[in-house]
Amino acid sequence: MRWLLLKDLQILRRSPLLVALLVIYPIVVSVLIGLALSRGPEKPRVAIVNEVPAGGEVISLGGEQVDTKQYSDQLYAAVDPVRVSSRAEAEELVRDGEVLGALIVPADITTKLQSGLEPATIEVLYNAEDPVKAQLVQDTIKSQVQDANAALTRKFTDVALGYLNLVVSGGDFSFLGRSFEVLGLGPAEQVLRQAQAKVRPNSPEARQIQQVISFARLARENLDLSDEVLSSVGQPIRVDARVVEGSGSAALSSFAVALAVTVSLMFVTLLLAAGTLALEREENAFRRLVRGLVSRTTLLAEKVGLAAACSSVVAVVMLCGLALFVELEWARFPLWVVAAVAAALGFAAMGAAIGALAREVRAASLLAFMVSLPIAFLALVPSGAVSGALYDVTQAISALFPFDPALAAVGAALDGSGGLLGPLVHLLVLTLAFGVAARLGLRRFG
Amino acid sequence: MLEARGVSKRYGARHAVREVSLTARAGELVAIIGPNGAGKTTLLSILAGETRPDGGTVSRPPTEIGWVPQQPALYGRLTVAENLRLFARLERCADVSAAVERMLVQTGLGDRAADRVETLSGGNRQRVNVAIGLLSEPAVLLLDEPSTALDPGQRERLWEFLRALVEGGTAIVYSTHNVQEAERHAHRVVVLADGEVVYVGSPRELEDTVGATGLGFEAAFVEFLRRRGH
Repeated sequence: MRWLLLKDLQILRRSPLLVALLVIYPIVVSVLIGLALSRGPEKPRVAIVNEVPAGGEVISLGGEQVDTKQYSDQLYAAVDPVRVSSRAEAEELVRDGEVLGALIVPADITTKLQSGLEPATIEVLYNAEDPVKAQLVQDTIKSQVQDANAALTRKFTDVALGYLNLVVSGGDFSFLGRSFEVLGLGPAEQVLRQAQAKVRPNSPEARQIQQVISFARLARENLDLSDEVLSSVGQPIRVDARVVEGSGSAALSSFAVALAVTVSLMFVTLLLAAGTLALEREENAFRRLVRGLVSRTTLLAEKVGLAAACSSVVAVVMLCGLALFVELEWARFPLWVVAAVAAALGFAAMGAAIGALAREVRAASLLAFMVSLPIAFLALVPSGAVSGALYDVTQAISALFPFDPALAAVGAALDGSGGLLGPLVHLLVLTLAFGVAARLGLRRFG
Repeated sequence: MLEARGVSKRYGARHAVREVSLTARAGELVAIIGPNGAGKTTLLSILAGETRPDGGTVSRPPTEIGWVPQQPALYGRLTVAENLRLFARLERCADVSAAVERMLVQTGLGDRAADRVETLSGGNRQRVNVAIGLLSEPAVLLLDEPSTALDPGQRERLWEFLRALVEGGTAIVYSTHNVQEAERHAHRVVVLADGEVVYVGSPRELEDTVGATGLGFEAAFVEFLRRRGH
């Protein structure tokens, strides 16, 4: 077998363009897929038009000075702001694609916020030619506006609670520079009780005073509860997040790495295994080899071993390279190797089965390429994207091919998300199954 | 010597080879001739151990038989020497380097040893193809249409080379479309038609059988087949 391995390595060494394409192309494709699936730009570039006059950012709520600049600063920090002076300039930048969107803060925003009678409105302009980017701008601004709304709602609630407390308990109140003393329901009840004691019991006056006392007590007791009601209104929905499926520990970046490495492994291994096996047929060497020089099973094992070894090396080197840019746990390096080898063996056996069907290298490569993309995309269909029954079908089909367990194995090896043993056993079973299929295919190979 | 008895092969309902028996003694050149589709290549591939027969026996295992298929079975991206070395190792030749050197000399390809096979002409590829079949110095050599891709000069050198092997005691069985090549070089001819052996003997005996002496072997061969309905 070693002479066959040596021969195949010599042939690969003499096909530098093929090897370069075989390695570089899947890496480029997989990295692009990984990036596309994992994230958009870190911060969208947004033009900002702030029409609020200098010094006008501070509003007074319930006697408290609130600087709205802190909220606008939060928003500006969430984007890559391009400050412009006019709406026309902002529109032009959006149209030209210089920025993904524009945010226009009107001059009257602080007045409206202070009045509390009319909602303040900010205007967002975006280019809808690219729906993904448009959605990114909308989501970013919406998220920041929600944060600001929540903070301002808390302020308004505090102010309203202060007024209610004044009505219930009494106290001083300042309005337009003048101070007033408010009696409040509690002290009013005390005053009425003192007055009631001075009138004749059971007289009509005493009964009327008792009615007013009862009203004051009832109002005070009920308004005492209003702070909880107002707090609930200020934060109407609380979020309690729980994970019910999967470990939830996989970082998006490590998933992208696992995906990139698995896609690369799949392409390199399938193409190598299928191509080198088909080459024996294309060169008419297969029949000369198996007439006593090597057995079909040995030849098959050599192709699977060669493809798995080469692609495992590519995968591990790729992981090491990616670890320079993405935080990966070097302590898990042995698991990377185990996962890469197991995945490569699964893909290699499948590639050999494909190669056993083809008469030429080109046909084998095309077949491997045509088969690999659908099984990869099938395994990536998320739950919820299709109906439950259809999702079950996609899962069942994915389980018949190595991509799904390979992705799970590499993911588990990278960050421990999910178990590693299950995918490894799955890959082992698929390696044996595709190995048997390839061996059966070789019976008709000639 | 090589002996095949009652060899048969079917592809579906079609009999490619039916109950064929033949022998090739040491130092004998046996030509297999017949019309297209007669089963010549199938018979040789069975004798070479490349195709499993449905019935019959072959006296020698494939490892003891040198085999030169019609299509050169070589790796184009390897050099001439690398191809020879690879197959010498797979054939488990005792001295790989000596075997490679011997075949480079015998085939006259010494000056092309470092050239990739994909850069060689069809004739030179066939010479490498023949050389691989002879690496293990087999007692029996089978060749399927060995001179097809060769020009007259190369063809002549090939037959000189094969005659030298026969003089050394090698038994050679070859198929050919070129009837004159059979008449000129073979000690015996085996005529196959529709998978069956219809004649075994020397070329002269075939002419005598047909009664066409003087017309030439090719005319006698055509007449022989016509009389038998082929």
